[in-house]
Amino acid sequence: MMGMNMPQWGVWAMALGLGVFLVMLFSSVRRHHGVHRSLFSWPYSLWMIVFTVIPLFLVAYYAFTNKAGQFTMENFANFWDSNREMKMQLSGMGFDPAAMGMGARGTVNVDTLVYSLWMAFLCTIICFAVGYPAALFMADRDFKLGPILIVLFIIPMWMNFLLRTIAWMSLLEDNGLINTLLQQFGFKKLKLMYNSEAVLLGMVYNYLPFMVFPIYNALSRQDKKLSEAAMDLGANKVRTFARVTFPLSLPGIVSGITMVFMPSVTTFFIPRVLGGGNTEMFGDLIERTFLTADNWNVGSALSLIMMLLILLSITLLRKVDPEGEGGSLL
Amino acid sequence: MEQNNRLINLENISKEFDGTVVLSDINLYIRKNEFLTLLGPSGCGKTTTLRIIGGFEYPTTGRVIFDGKDITADPPYKRRVNTVFQKYALFPHLNVADNIAFGLKIAKMPKKDITQKVGKMLELVNLQGYEKRSVESLSGGQQQRVAIARALVNEPEVLLLDEPLGALDLKLRKGMQLELKRMQQALGITFVFVTHDQEEALTMSDTIVIMKDGRIRQIGTPKHIYDEPKDAFIANFIGESNIIRGTMPKDEVVHFCGMDFTCVDFGFEKDEPVDVLIRPEDIHIVGTDASQLTGVVRSVLFKGVHYEMIIDAGGFNWKVHSTVMAPEGSRVGLSIVPFNIHVMRLQKDALPEEAAP
Amino acid sequence: MTKFFKRFYLVLVLLFLYLPIAVLIVQSFNAGISRAKWEGFSFRWYEELFSSPTIMQALYVTLTIALLASIISTILGTLAAIGIHAMKKRPQAAMMTLTNIPMTMPDIVTGISLMLLFIFTQVDRGYFTMLIAHITFDTPYVILSVLPKLREMNRFSYEAALDLGATPGYALWHVILPAVRPGVVTGALLAFTLSLDDFTISYFTTSPLVQNLSTLIYSEARKGIKPTMNSLSALMFVTLLVLLLAVNYRSSKAEQAK
Repeated sequence: MMGMNMPQWGVWAMALGLGVFLVMLFSSVRRHHGVHRSLFSWPYSLWMIVFTVIPLFLVAYYAFTNKAGQFTMENFANFWDSNREMKMQLSGMGFDPAAMGMGARGTVNVDTLVYSLWMAFLCTIICFAVGYPAALFMADRDFKLGPILIVLFIIPMWMNFLLRTIAWMSLLEDNGLINTLLQQFGFKKLKLMYNSEAVLLGMVYNYLPFMVFPIYNALSRQDKKLSEAAMDLGANKVRTFARVTFPLSLPGIVSGITMVFMPSVTTFFIPRVLGGGNTEMFGDLIERTFLTADNWNVGSALSLIMMLLILLSITLLRKVDPEGEGGSLL
Repeated sequence: MEQNNRLINLENISKEFDGTVVLSDINLYIRKNEFLTLLGPSGCGKTTTLRIIGGFEYPTTGRVIFDGKDITADPPYKRRVNTVFQKYALFPHLNVADNIAFGLKIAKMPKKDITQKVGKMLELVNLQGYEKRSVESLSGGQQQRVAIARALVNEPEVLLLDEPLGALDLKLRKGMQLELKRMQQALGITFVFVTHDQEEALTMSDTIVIMKDGRIRQIGTPKHIYDEPKDAFIANFIGESNIIRGTMPKDEVVHFCGMDFTCVDFGFEKDEPVDVLIRPEDIHIVGTDASQLTGVVRSVLFKGVHYEMIIDAGGFNWKVHSTVMAPEGSRVGLSIVPFNIHVMRLQKDALPEEAAP
Repeated sequence: MTKFFKRFYLVLVLLFLYLPIAVLIVQSFNAGISRAKWEGFSFRWYEELFSSPTIMQALYVTLTIALLASIISTILGTLAAIGIHAMKKRPQAAMMTLTNIPMTMPDIVTGISLMLLFIFTQVDRGYFTMLIAHITFDTPYVILSVLPKLREMNRFSYEAALDLGATPGYALWHVILPAVRPGVVTGALLAFTLSLDDFTISYFTTSPLVQNLSTLIYSEARKGIKPTMNSLSALMFVTLLVLLLAVNYRSSKAEQAK
């Protein structure tokens, strides 16, 4: 059903990849008169070209073409105005969409994006506000249980995240544990599920360890002598924290923020389970556009926009922490 | 030099890394049973030269001839040379004996012979009884010995040593210098040694190759290089020196500090500008009446065996080593015998270097 | 007082993390189907779990994919790390960028781009394509686990082995591999758990006929969750906990041995 001239693209891309691979292989063998260790990475390079680079080019290809395979920017226009296609169809049939009260711009896509960014932002803030003190308390050298507790923070992540999210359902449902308890004590049932708050709760629950772990790492690696030196120089506890401990934990914070914000923006399961249909996020929109609406071109455009946003935020965060030394999981 | 005495021949070797020239036109032969040192400041190309002999780098142009055969393209494991690496590169997951036996096992030597050879090697490097020790538990000096044993046990015709003593402290280093020299003489094999330490080179070598900026500047015995450095760079690099600009008005006369001095050098053009080298120990402090130059002592340092004095004479601050001290501020006379005045042609590339701030 | 506050705070946060899991485990032993009412202790849902061919099939797919993907990506990634480590600056930077792409890419884009590739090349999505996808997202993590160990290694170890007569293959196996083994093990474990946990990428790269646990849970979640899912999660949680403790115990013992 896609454009007929499409296969050539793929064949060309693959031929190009293979060509580059062979040229590099040949020049490497020639230059080193035999086996050089850098050759060991060629299978991986080939794998990544075929299964990462080419697929990305495919996404880009669909994003910039229409169903007939011709170059177009229409998909991005459709992102901006979700009613655009319908309006064009109407005017194609001789109707005036404006006269029918349908001239306005369809804002669904942009709204979803803004909503996703807002939710991810809130989630990151909450994770930071909850996670930083936790990391700080655990990183205290005098607290012997710290290293054990941090493992306890990681363990839940080893459980399937869908199941973890579903577990919240049984707590929040109308007939769930919380409401049952409330009723038993004579309170009214609360509407806990199928709203933004529930989605936010699920996101914070899932991503909190991603915030705590890198901050803990950065804090516990800090030389205790530094804060002792600050106190020796006359800084009180608050100042020591503000001037020494906190600034030195910035790399951990940056990596925590990256690790929470990125999956938050792109999450697509949590809103569906805990938010019902009321809280569509950008990940859901992409999935729906591809699989339900079957519109690969607009879906690809949406994917590209999302990638762009992610790249942008990573670049911004890298500016704060150029070494990227926040430390990662494990 | 007879041709058949040459074990390794480097012919017109040059090497580029990503467009940067690190070696240009290296021509060098290494004789059997010789202790040859590649000496130069860091970045001069000495380690690259060694790695080309070892087979870890391949020259961009030129050939490596080993025992009459072209081995330029041979990988390291096909060459009859072994290397002692910077910081030793011992295998941390193997104990001392297994480290030393590594090459023998690859050569599929019978177990009995391996044990015997390893034992002998440990004896040679004074580490008897260390077979089962983890290499990480050894001191730097001991690791150094294991690295040497691991290379020597394969009975290479040439042992390459890449700044092997760099990580040791001064005292250990002196001891190892003597020991290496002893091993080389006892085993009768060729050592190619890389260092930036001129004293080390002077102590151990039969031949010193001085390199700078990817080129060979001078080849000779330690004594020859010390006494007859080809230019100011080498003179400065080897030993301590006073180098002063002068001219050659005629053969066996050199003019500097506004005076003519008798010397033993000849063959220069009339009034050719030259560098004059006088070693600090060759300047004698004499009474002001019997001297060639007179000056004031600016500073005195006691150096253990001798005093080091800076003496301002003839518009130049002379570094003088003497066992007799002249007090600071005193007027003294200086005298230099003609034989100790060494006249060198100017380096072609020295001028811009000196013009730079 | 502040000490008490700190501990109280940590307990609260941990409670938040473990409450749903605890509820889930308790419910898995509930005899009734209701999620709120306790109707007595029973193994009913565990029995149903093991007698459900769909779940068992999904479990089989999940485990074999995780195993195969972690083995293949460990080999691929370890070799790649060794190669990258030996490279000069510029190609090394290029390879690191190539490695960072899939790690910074949102899962959903990774999944979709691979789906497009498979549809485009007319490869039927299923077990094989899911395996490829898992290897693709696992391998960069293996590389990032192995590279630090290579950097810790003496630069000349490999050359020393060649110098002593080892061929590159022998040196790789007998010198480099033993030195980076901890990194390789970490990478393999990481790959295994990532693969076990993945939903988004699997979702786009398989067909409804070949489901792993995650995609099965997803399709079940739309229909309403059966209590068998509780027993499944309880089992998986306990298994992973035991695995993790075993690994930690092993590594702390190794530490003591040093």
